[in-house]
Amino acid sequence: MSPTPPQLDSKCPSGPISERWDKHRFELKLINPANRRKFHVLVVGTGLAGASAAASLADLGYRVSVFCIQDSPRRAHSIAAQGGINAAKNYPNDGDSVQRLFYDTVKGGDFRARESNVYRLAQISNQIIDQCVALGVPFAREYGGGLANRSFGGAQVSRTFYARGQTGQQLLLGAYSAMMRQVGSGRIALYARREMLDVVVIDGVARGIVCRNLVTGAYERSAGDAVLLCTGGYGNVFYLSTNAKACNVTAVWRAHKRGAYFANPCFTQIHPTCIPVSGSYQSKLTLMSESLRNDARVWVPKQKGEPRPPHNIPDEDRDYFLERRYPSFGNLVPRDVASRAAKERCDAGFGVGTTGLAVYMDFRDAIRRDGEGAIRQKYGNLFQMYAKITADDPYHVPMRIYPAVHYTMGGLWVDYNLESTVPGLFVLGEANFSDHGANRLGASALMQGLADGFFIVPYTIGGHLAGRKLPAVSPTDKAFEDSERSVRERIDRILSIGGKRTVDSFHRELGKIMWDHCGMARTGSGLAFAKQGIQALRSEFWENSRVPTSSAGLNQNLEHAGRVADFLEFAELMIDDASQRSESCGGHFREESQTDEGEAKRDDERFSYVAAWQHEGVGKESTLHREPLAFEYVRPSQRSYK
Amino acid sequence: MSAPSHDAGSGRMRITLKIWRQEGPNRPGKVETHFLPDVSPHMSFLEMLDVLNERLIASGLDTVAFDHDCREGICGACSLVIDGRAHGPEALTTACQLHMRHYSDGDTIHVEPFRANAFPVLKDLMVDRSAFDRIISAGGFVSSPTGSAPDGNAILVPKPDADRAMDAAACIGCGACAAACPNASAMLFVAAKVAHLALLPQGQPERERRALAMVHAMDEEGFGSCTNHFECMAACPKGISVESIARMNRDFALSFLKEAPDLPTGSSVG
Ligand SMILES: Cc1cc2nc3c(=O)[nH]c(=O)nc-3n(C[C@H](O)[C@H](O)[C@H](O)COP(=O)(O)OP(=O)(O)OC[C@H]3O[C@@H](n4cnc5c(N)ncnc54)[C@H](O)[C@@H]3O)c2cc1C
Ligand code: SF4
Ligand code: FES
Repeated sequence: MSPTPPQLDSKCPSGPISERWDKHRFELKLINPANRRKFHVLVVGTGLAGASAAASLADLGYRVSVFCIQDSPRRAHSIAAQGGINAAKNYPNDGDSVQRLFYDTVKGGDFRARESNVYRLAQISNQIIDQCVALGVPFAREYGGGLANRSFGGAQVSRTFYARGQTGQQLLLGAYSAMMRQVGSGRIALYARREMLDVVVIDGVARGIVCRNLVTGAYERSAGDAVLLCTGGYGNVFYLSTNAKACNVTAVWRAHKRGAYFANPCFTQIHPTCIPVSGSYQSKLTLMSESLRNDARVWVPKQKGEPRPPHNIPDEDRDYFLERRYPSFGNLVPRDVASRAAKERCDAGFGVGTTGLAVYMDFRDAIRRDGEGAIRQKYGNLFQMYAKITADDPYHVPMRIYPAVHYTMGGLWVDYNLESTVPGLFVLGEANFSDHGANRLGASALMQGLADGFFIVPYTIGGHLAGRKLPAVSPTDKAFEDSERSVRERIDRILSIGGKRTVDSFHRELGKIMWDHCGMARTGSGLAFAKQGIQALRSEFWENSRVPTSSAGLNQNLEHAGRVADFLEFAELMIDDASQRSESCGGHFREESQTDEGEAKRDDERFSYVAAWQHEGVGKESTLHREPLAFEYVRPSQRSYK
Repeated sequence: MSAPSHDAGSGRMRITLKIWRQEGPNRPGKVETHFLPDVSPHMSFLEMLDVLNERLIASGLDTVAFDHDCREGICGACSLVIDGRAHGPEALTTACQLHMRHYSDGDTIHVEPFRANAFPVLKDLMVDRSAFDRIISAGGFVSSPTGSAPDGNAILVPKPDADRAMDAAACIGCGACAAACPNASAMLFVAAKVAHLALLPQGQPERERRALAMVHAMDEEGFGSCTNHFECMAACPKGISVESIARMNRDFALSFLKEAPDLPTGSSVG
């Protein structure tokens, strides 16, 4: 493989992997406490990553401004995470360790993540739990008063900490409260209902942002010494996903257009257990926690067009396809494997429900074994949520589930400092590409967001602030003026289209193209077809979309239009990325690259790299740069769950 | 409920909506009537509003503004008063989790924003709830700077305490309690946070100060006081109990017995 291009120097320290982070922290420049208040840090996003970063930086004494789309920072999408957060505490004494969490994460990511980063994540995982407990996060406890753990996502050890089915909510409220304490103390200025629409780069360094005030419609400029993008994932490029409605690619896409490379955009996680689509009005999909697979058996009828209701179908007429294909892991195979297997059965005509795009997830045997009460204890809230949405009673009728887009492993390229290819622009949480390779393990996104925000960026930002000359900038500088003009022109252009189709209809059509051709399985020809479809849809959008113009201020349709316009540009990059990677790995399954048994076939010879894309202009081909990946500690092997 | 019904009964319903429209803060508002001839019983309430908005765009009209995000009952963004009840007719259900199967063909439904002095209307069904953030910034936290925490198991927490803390911590900050209260009091929201932290050892050092500061901030924001109507509890989608209020009142009273703590000054929620 060709050598690493200089702009993709990961800056990973050398030496034994367990000492790298310590060594790096020691080598990073420190900033004198008295000088910290002279630096102003702009934090965009208030999910786990943004809220924890803002709180920690303010604790250190920096001046911080925080921006988010929602009316309150507490409503960031992290709030919706259900299952849990991993840490290598080994409280259950079942053989866990930093080394094992590191190993599982690298392997789970199908050997497409950087070893140094993942090792650091595993090391920090334990501190995160301590910090969250101290902030008052009401984690589940054992009767002895110690923290409870469960096994999650097929892990062989119990390392997942949780707060009922609301772990994301409780962690976010912890980080949010830490942030709000500093808002109260005056160190953090909070700007809610703001959408960041541009990063301002001066002399090659990120020095500010331009936002739109979503209530008044005013454009607002903010200047600072560093910009942190903590803006979450872009799963909504598929329209239907488990993400909240405001999740978008806009912030990272605008930064990409200003020079930040985009890494592995095609790496998407499709979660196997979501409530299937029920009609054309469907606005989003709901996840049924992975923990359910611990007690459920997934099946379809053996006979196509089986007329009997599920509870009348005897075992001999059921195909427990995960147990059949993967006898040793059974229903607990990783997400990507479980999702593809369900799709395979439905594509072959064995799906259930009116659409044929669903499989059964059945608790019958667990209820017989443990009793309904025990199952209610464990999953009562999830069963209730399912019943609310579907009006089916999962205690008596198997759930119907189908895979749905859930998480995006791709994101802006960052080095070991979480700094993008634009100096001074840091990217945290789901918005960066860093730790999950081609497939994320359950309960590790919450861990990564908090690791980035609480414990990594507060150190690494010092290297930037102390190491670079940062001349004073002001929001009246020409760069800010230019940026605001370009943002305003784009919005004015959207408002002036005056066509016939609603923005939502474009978004739905884009989502369908992406799901059909860049979803669970991809082919070279399908991707080429999708690329043309996206280009045509993008042109039509700019000619024929329609946004109500009666309100220049609060206009939710205009907000949506801006995000869809960006998705329409970004989608093409996803397609390009999926096209060049003609191997199968993790969540990326290329039909051309499979074994005789239909399993994913990775190609380490040719594809053991991070694909980092440089923007060359809309409608122009982006340039691909490659950061080669080296594995010194975990030897790449084909994943097998048979 | 034994037969699968997710895709049964696709019978469409005719629904008339009486919706509050208001162009902006301090502007006069009015009720507007819209008729939807083909509502599916499987739609969520918000999906029905989406369908309405798509039609409004097609006819060149401005869409109905409403807050929403997760659409699964956890973010607390949705904030509709449906037929006079915050979050609508179903108990323990946010507006986004309400499904149209609870309505019948021919129904008329009234939709309004949450109303409270401290929640000014921004547009249509959207209100400003930043007062809640300011209440939290006044004291709804444990002061534990990053990096200063002991091992997570250094302080054991009895399971029943942790469970009750979690019950209170389940609050989603939606504001339905204040919208439902005849005095527009935010007491249930404040009490839920105070109770959550008071039930955990980590919350003890600042316990009384927290209660005092949060109640003080609540008053400053223009919420009314609690006179035990308990409408809040009936409206709360997360089942937060008024027992929290009793618990908070104890902490609040205690704080007066001790030396009056310094209250935080000058928050900058912008
Ligand atoms: C249903 C569901 C369940 C999940 N369960 C788990 C789980 O059990 N365990 C686990 O580890 N992971 C889970 N995940 C994944 C995990 O929740 C997310 O990856 C993680 O919370 C992302 O956090 P974040 O801080 O990076 O971003 P987010 O929480 O998405 O926050 C993004 C922030 O950026 C702001 N923002 C975005 N764009 C802009 C803009 N242009 N301008 C201004 N602000 C902007 C938003 O307002 C928001 O404040 C789950 C995900 C889903 C969808
Ligand atoms: S107490 Fe209940 S009603 Fe009030 S904000 Fe919390 S969840 Fe909403
Ligand atoms: S939209 Fe999130 S709770 Fe209703």
